[in-house]
Amino acid sequence: MSKYRIQGATGEWEVVIGLEVHAQVTSGSKLFSGAATAFGAEPNSQVSLVDAAMPGMLPVPNRECIRQAVRTGMAIEAEINKWSRFDRKNYFYADLPQGYQISQLYHPLVGEGQLTIEADEKAGLPEAKQIGIERIHVEQDAGKLMHDQHPTMSYVDLNRSGVALMEIVSRPDMRSPAEAGAYLAKLRQILRYVGSCDGNMDQGSMRADVNVSVRRPGEPFGTRTETKNVNSVRFVMAVVESEAHRQVALIEDGGTVAQETRLYDPDRNETRSMRSKEDAHDYRYFPDPDLLPLELDDAFLEECRASLPELPDAKRARYVDGLGLSAYNAHVLTAEVDTARWFEALLAATARAQGKGEAEVAKQASNWLTSEFFGALNKLGKDLATSPVSPEGAAELLALVGDGTISGSIAKQVLEKMLESGEGAGAIVEREGLKQTSDTGAIEAVIADVLAKNTDKVDQYRGGKEALFGFFVGQTMKAMGGKANPQLVNELLKKALG
Amino acid sequence: MTELTELTLAGIRDGVAAGTFSATEVAEAFNTAVADAQEALNAFIVTTPEAALEAAKKVDADRAAGRPLGKLAGVPIGMKDLFATKGVQTTAASHMLEGFIPPYESTVSQKLWDAGAGMLGKLNLDQFAMGSSNETSHFGNVISPWRRPGETTPLAPGGSSGGSSAAIAARLCPAATGTDTGGSIRQPAAFTGISGIKPTYGRCSRWGIVAFASSLDQAGPMARTVRDCAIMLEAMAGFDPKDATSLDLPVPAWEAGLNPDLRGKKVGIPREYRIEGLNAEVAKSWDDGIAWLKDAGAEIVEISLPHTKFALPTYYIIAPAEASSNLARYDGVRYGLRDLPEGANLQEMYAATRAAGFGGEVKRRILIGTYVLSAGFYDAYYTQAQKVRALIAQDFLKAFEEVDVILTPTAPSTPFALGEKRADPVEMYLNDVFSVPASLAGLPAMSVPAGLASDGLPLGLHLIGKPFDEAGVLNAGLAIEARAGFHASPAKWW
Repeated sequence: MSKYRIQGATGEWEVVIGLEVHAQVTSGSKLFSGAATAFGAEPNSQVSLVDAAMPGMLPVPNRECIRQAVRTGMAIEAEINKWSRFDRKNYFYADLPQGYQISQLYHPLVGEGQLTIEADEKAGLPEAKQIGIERIHVEQDAGKLMHDQHPTMSYVDLNRSGVALMEIVSRPDMRSPAEAGAYLAKLRQILRYVGSCDGNMDQGSMRADVNVSVRRPGEPFGTRTETKNVNSVRFVMAVVESEAHRQVALIEDGGTVAQETRLYDPDRNETRSMRSKEDAHDYRYFPDPDLLPLELDDAFLEECRASLPELPDAKRARYVDGLGLSAYNAHVLTAEVDTARWFEALLAATARAQGKGEAEVAKQASNWLTSEFFGALNKLGKDLATSPVSPEGAAELLALVGDGTISGSIAKQVLEKMLESGEGAGAIVEREGLKQTSDTGAIEAVIADVLAKNTDKVDQYRGGKEALFGFFVGQTMKAMGGKANPQLVNELLKKALG
Repeated sequence: MTELTELTLAGIRDGVAAGTFSATEVAEAFNTAVADAQEALNAFIVTTPEAALEAAKKVDADRAAGRPLGKLAGVPIGMKDLFATKGVQTTAASHMLEGFIPPYESTVSQKLWDAGAGMLGKLNLDQFAMGSSNETSHFGNVISPWRRPGETTPLAPGGSSGGSSAAIAARLCPAATGTDTGGSIRQPAAFTGISGIKPTYGRCSRWGIVAFASSLDQAGPMARTVRDCAIMLEAMAGFDPKDATSLDLPVPAWEAGLNPDLRGKKVGIPREYRIEGLNAEVAKSWDDGIAWLKDAGAEIVEISLPHTKFALPTYYIIAPAEASSNLARYDGVRYGLRDLPEGANLQEMYAATRAAGFGGEVKRRILIGTYVLSAGFYDAYYTQAQKVRALIAQDFLKAFEEVDVILTPTAPSTPFALGEKRADPVEMYLNDVFSVPASLAGLPAMSVPAGLASDGLPLGLHLIGKPFDEAGVLNAGLAIEARAGFHASPAKWW
């Protein structure tokens, strides 16, 4: 249980949080029209007659959008409603061509589900926690008003009008900013794994309405406020923090929290009132008579289920239990689905290149990826998506280390060259003569030379200053251009130093 | 040779195919008739003589070249101005859409053009199809070609498809499209002595038809004979992937299947339709209909549709509810009228635009619809109405376990004078009392002429069929048509 408490003047307060997340469904076309959905297109270039609500135009549900929402529901272990229905939410606004949004109030597509947020001591999450998800329903997005195009008029861009959204409604199960942040991050991770939403919060593909209330620990829920359209994990946490403190201060000053809609101002890190319950719209929801109820058959559901990828929790567990990775590596490698995909490609190629099982090379591959490769890419300002080295190329490099052709330190140099030139590891090693020497005679000759030049240190070592051993290793390796087999150097040095 | 404008749709089709006359001659004859009557009857909002001629010339060229001709080759028709027609003003008889020229063609009108029909013009109607007399049109009401003998009182052609009914009765076109939400094909057909069928909900695509009440709106043909209706319905119907409520069923060969022999068929007479104070002439015409169907071999069975009396109030909750939402798109932002008073903000622009763009009846229904959907009233009105609607549909399904088709009057009276019922909207709504139940149940239903009342004006009989059984409705209509011997047409005074 979260011990997060707000210390008020009159004692401790507990914060209660629920999130409504709007996630844009990844699909080629809109929820009820054939228009395209690419981000950043010219204004009003992706608008069909249906999206512009021309007279006589009718919505037809897009199967792919429904499929993605069902797959998402399955990924959060939710009940899938084989019978659901679309309702109209009526209100006037210039970005809403129909004068209503087609949504699902009464019979959502996806019912009760949940997800688990991981324990993360550093982030203020002492233990894992399950967060309930009440429902997912599918609805149309609105267009966008542009206020900066004309001195006295606003322009309307309908590209987003009619794009499919999933509204994912959590239970009020979160009790701290950290939990709210972790929930949103976990949800985003699952959506990206499933491929039902790209999770690009900065492009508005995912945004959250944050419901916050405060109460004395153990008492019934307080009155909540809803802060609309928060578009990053960090901002969600900030909203919870500032809104909870505002409510506590308000109550402790003898005031009462009004049930209202608020907006977050990131520049001032505060929320402000947008509209109160009194002037809330009467949306006059009713079943959309242009659409029949949505009925899903078993074959469709089976296809949805069969197309689900391995999800992050299962993947992480397999990396630890099946591949023997450290919990830390497993966490890092599964955080983003693209990272996991890259790692798995690397793992397969590495096993192939070394003629071993994946479990046998998993540690080598994961350690190299998380320590060496991420660091090297980072230095270049690149990431896996823009990496000049492919998983197959990396596997070739790891195979050269694995069979002793090059040492770990040489491998670092080779990687740098690979990143620069895009050349293969084997070719670089060959051309630059970087193969490791395991020639005992050659190494012994160099050792003899090193010891002869450092007789004072040899005496000190023999006199008990064993820390000097590393000095001799370094000198030997340096003299051999780093190419000596480090294990042999160790052995032969020990022998020589007696 | 008979005057071309006196020919039925089938007669024109067959004559053109046989080369008795050319499609161009037919189009010219109707173009002339349309132009002659426009001032007096106001049946069209715009006329499109060039479109009619162009289609006709193409048919003539196809025929000359030996290319196959469509089901409606050479037939010029009127298009209710609720169907979007590409490049031709489409208004729904509203100021809101005055001057609106769609860049698209409705599915149904496209099918008609593909079948070889040509467009004489866009027919007047009640604004947004809301009305039973054509008096709510922004472009002035249509005048019925019918008059009481010896009188000049202008009469209502019915509504909302009043331009269609008047034009057909006046021989301005052999056939026209109509749409029917609560009786908008059937009541005007009855008022003008023609036939019209509303098919099963979903038979005709709604794509490109200005929406009134989505769960009720259905397009259908209006013409002088049952056969003509069957021919035209075949061309209009069919699955459309652009309409999610469209029926994915093959289109039956309705014309080829026409058969007036009703032996072995049972016709239901619902006792609840014998409402108190039913007009005696309407009652007599109903009795005539019963006798004719019996004569055609049918067995007459009295049936009960117990929830009938709730149909009208149910309809006047559901239809306005859907309309209030469907008409929200007319907001002055993207197309149509925009009334932007100096310094007005968005809300004020909405208010000014909608105040100026909608007529009184449309506003009344938007208000009713908004009210019944609002928080606190939704369950008492809308939810309750949906439940009653289900009961009404059940009544029919139960009756159809016993009978094949149901016979009732189409409207509770003969045509009334323009202005006669304008004062009391509820009295106007009562005109739909017999047509609305079939709409709520989504059933195919048709009006056929039954004869003239003592005031010299037409009366219609109404046939309601099982779901998807337009054939049964058409055949019963054919049996009545054969026995009613209705050949009256309005004496030309325009």
